[in-house]
Amino acid sequence: MEKRPLLEVKNLKTHFHTERGQITAVDGITFHLNEGEIVGVVGESGCGKSVMSQSIMRLYDEKYTAKYEGEILFQGENLLNLSKAMMQKIRGNDLSMIFQDPLSSLNPVYTIGDQIRESLMIHQNLNKREAQQKAIEMLRLTGIPAPEKRINEYPHQLSGGMQQRVMIAIALSCQPKLLIADEPTTALDVTIQAQILDLIAELNAQLGMGVIFITHDLGVVAEICTRVMVMYLGQIVEETDTDCLFSEPLHPYTRGLIKSIPQLEGERLQKLYTIDGTVPSLQKVPHGCRFASRCPYADELCKEQAPELEAYSPTQKVRCWHYKEILKKEAVHESSNE
Amino acid sequence: MAAVKEVERARTIKASLKKQERQLFFRRFFANKLMVMGCFIFIVLGLIALIGPLLVSYDPYEMKVAERLNAPSGEHWLGTDEFGRDLLTRIVYGAQVSMGIGLIVTLISSILGLIIGLYAIYYAALDHILMRICDGLMAIPGILLAIALMAALGPSPLNVIIALSIVFTPNIARIVRSSALVIREQTFIEAMHAQGASATRIIWQHIAPNTISPLIVQATFVFAEAIISEAALSFLGAGIAAPDPSWGNILQAGKLVIFKAWWMVVFPGLAIVLSVLGLNLLGDGLRDFIDPHSSGKKSK
Repeated sequence: MEKRPLLEVKNLKTHFHTERGQITAVDGITFHLNEGEIVGVVGESGCGKSVMSQSIMRLYDEKYTAKYEGEILFQGENLLNLSKAMMQKIRGNDLSMIFQDPLSSLNPVYTIGDQIRESLMIHQNLNKREAQQKAIEMLRLTGIPAPEKRINEYPHQLSGGMQQRVMIAIALSCQPKLLIADEPTTALDVTIQAQILDLIAELNAQLGMGVIFITHDLGVVAEICTRVMVMYLGQIVEETDTDCLFSEPLHPYTRGLIKSIPQLEGERLQKLYTIDGTVPSLQKVPHGCRFASRCPYADELCKEQAPELEAYSPTQKVRCWHYKEILKKEAVHESSNE
Repeated sequence: MAAVKEVERARTIKASLKKQERQLFFRRFFANKLMVMGCFIFIVLGLIALIGPLLVSYDPYEMKVAERLNAPSGEHWLGTDEFGRDLLTRIVYGAQVSMGIGLIVTLISSILGLIIGLYAIYYAALDHILMRICDGLMAIPGILLAIALMAALGPSPLNVIIALSIVFTPNIARIVRSSALVIREQTFIEAMHAQGASATRIIWQHIAPNTISPLIVQATFVFAEAIISEAALSFLGAGIAAPDPSWGNILQAGKLVIFKAWWMVVFPGLAIVLSVLGLNLLGDGLRDFIDPHSSGKKSK
């Protein structure tokens, strides 16, 4: 069955005006998201994951700080062409977002009930009573015990996990079609993290919304995502489904990421694997392959010319000159090891 | 039906929480003795200003040359001034003028300061313009600026209010702006954007309530300063003009007869000192009361 893409991003670029000139934090991203699908975005700090997600919501100030290029088609409509007022209507109603740090994402001077009711009253035109009812319902949906009591509490009276549930309740209260979760579990401990992941997966199945899940934790990706995009320095370097990500990583950067996961089984290595070097500054983007300076397989071609994202299989895309050779070499290497 | 019941329950729980909160509020409030004292002084002076004129039996303007400069006695509790007017009556009516001007100036500069401070942080271009104007105004010592403005506008109660509001608005705008800057960078403001809230809603519903507590504290200090400044202006002859009573101009009249009639200087001076002391104690206390870091230590 062919699913209609809910969101199609075509060659999205986000430029920031800074004192030292213009930098391009997101450089030509193209992907799509189907209805009811959870797509993961992984990459190290500063690779443009959050910038991408906030660009989709158009949260940056377009007058002074940022400039967008490309297309963001949401249900066939280009969000970048919408007026400010139209965008405001869509935000929170059709598009919603969960942030990384739940405590600072809630306003300390209002009760959580006030804050859940607010977007219901803005977007759905409910009166206070109906909104209250809906808010209690949302809190129950996110698994908060005794919601009719909790609704009168202030953010600081709740634990981190509870706060994140409240954030999820706010984000989902208007039943958005697309939810962007920007590292929603990073600030939480592992048990709560698992609960929140389950909750998102459950609500995704229940409400059928598309989810863009941003994280730097590959374990989390394996847990809930169907497809994954690996980002490096503002570009997608690999797009693949979750199974292939672990069984057949194509890009050297993805390989590096997977190798650097601590292993519980097998012999204990002396040191955890690391990818050498650091992310180059966005002001001095190399004109060849962006990963060349840190890549063990890089040669002259990589330094001279930037590779394009090319399809390897129907579900896998990669941005590398040598991925086929590397794949072959690694296969030989592995079989000789056995 | 069940959902309706839940909404009801949420409401009753909220009411009982409100009650608990109120009790806690009063307990914490009365724990700070100095603040209670400041509050008490302020309320008493406020009451004197409000209903005092009904209680005193003399006319503040009626001159009796025969009774000029009488010392405090059973008939004239605080003595009489150089025109034979009852000093207590003059000070009570003066309280109305001084406290009234103080209050109006505080309200005007708080509201203007709040608006300026909030919009400045939200619109970058506006910030530059407004803050440079505030810098300019704050560069001139407050009382000098007020005197200059009064010289340009001419002495009248309305002009005192205008001049002092211009002097104190930048103070408040700065305070509001600095706390609003911190709030603006918080994730919940970004989250509100992501929820599709308008700029007006974010400014007034979400940033403003978070700046109110420093604003209230600053407002009590502005109140105190406004009373002093009004007294100073009137003392210098640039404020409230002579037959109308104000603590400042009673003091000025007393200066001329300071060796003959000490009461002419002591009592209006005392009124000024008490009101300013009360307001400062209240402001200091409020600062501790509102700031959760310091109150945590005190409420132990």
